[in-house]
Amino acid sequence: MAEIQQGGGGGKKGGKVRAKKMSTKIDMTPMVDLAFLLLTFFMLTTTFSKPQTMEITMPEKPKEEDKLPEVNEKKVVTLILGANDKIYWYHGITDPKVEVTDFSANGIRKILLKQAAEIPGMILLIKPGDDSRYKNMVDILDEMNITNMQRYALVKITDTDKELVKESNL
Amino acid sequence: MDMTPLVDLGFLLVTFFMLTATARPDEPVTVDMPSSVSEIKMPETDIMLITVSKDGKVYFTLDGKYTRQELLRSMGERYGVSFSDQEISRFAVMSTFGLPIGNLKEFINMGPEERKNVTQPGIPVDSANNQLKDWIIFSRMANQKVRIAIKGDSDSSYPIVEKVVNTLIDNKVNRFNLITNMEMNKKPS
Repeated sequence: MAEIQQGGGGGKKGGKVRAKKMSTKIDMTPMVDLAFLLLTFFMLTTTFSKPQTMEITMPEKPKEEDKLPEVNEKKVVTLILGANDKIYWYHGITDPKVEVTDFSANGIRKILLKQAAEIPGMILLIKPGDDSRYKNMVDILDEMNITNMQRYALVKITDTDKELVKESNL
Repeated sequence: MDMTPLVDLGFLLVTFFMLTATARPDEPVTVDMPSSVSEIKMPETDIMLITVSKDGKVYFTLDGKYTRQELLRSMGERYGVSFSDQEISRFAVMSTFGLPIGNLKEFINMGPEERKNVTQPGIPVDSANNQLKDWIIFSRMANQKVRIAIKGDSDSSYPIVEKVVNTLIDNKVNRFNLITNMEMNKKPS
């Protein structure tokens, strides 16, 4: 009769010869090992942090016929970046009193904020000296961003400034 | 134990990291960048990168295969060095270099392993022989949208950076980027 034979053992009754049923489960352990090895590798080599940039805009080179704007020297504060991460700074231009400070939060930042409060429309002249490092320049520009200074310029250091730094003996 | 979900997730992550990973272009010098609080991200395309190393050498690179081909062709014309088509296409896939134009031909014809062992003298930026100036001019002609980034080492001395900056200003590039690391602990008070 139409009976469905259960089980694979009934080969003797004229049914097809079947292979012994194998387990469908395969050992996945090596594959998983490999997958996680790759995962770890790519996780460690991927760098997500894209580098930051600081956008700076320099003034155009003044042309011969351009008249340079005149500034009140009372508003000018000069910062000279010296060797060994020092900042020499002075207020005004004639007969200035040079003081020294550093890049810490209690150093230049305090001075900038104090001077900005005292001098309305303060203009900062940043003069990196020949023995200063690139880091000093980036740090001071960064400080300008932090303290939200509006008017500053990167200027070439003059011989007078070099003399002032030397004389100050700081 | 049924490991299928675990394996699924594992492979998903592998695929993700494989696709997002970009091969870091090898650089002739390691540059330790200063940090800043700036949060502007560096754009990924149309970049001209000027690297200033610790010992004051200047390196240059530009992205874009076709822009590089055009750049080398016009630089060759300018300095009277002729590059073959093969050399131009090899240059197109090169990374950062720091050589005067005269030594460039030899450098292009080296194998990638050989190139790593060469000590590169840097691109001349002196006022008498400022080749960086021409690299900048012709890069800007090859790709008008190019943005200029300076990647300087913290310890490189200021005068050499100043030379690079002055070269840029002389060529009416007044806006450029300084590449920095992110700084966390320097918050406005």
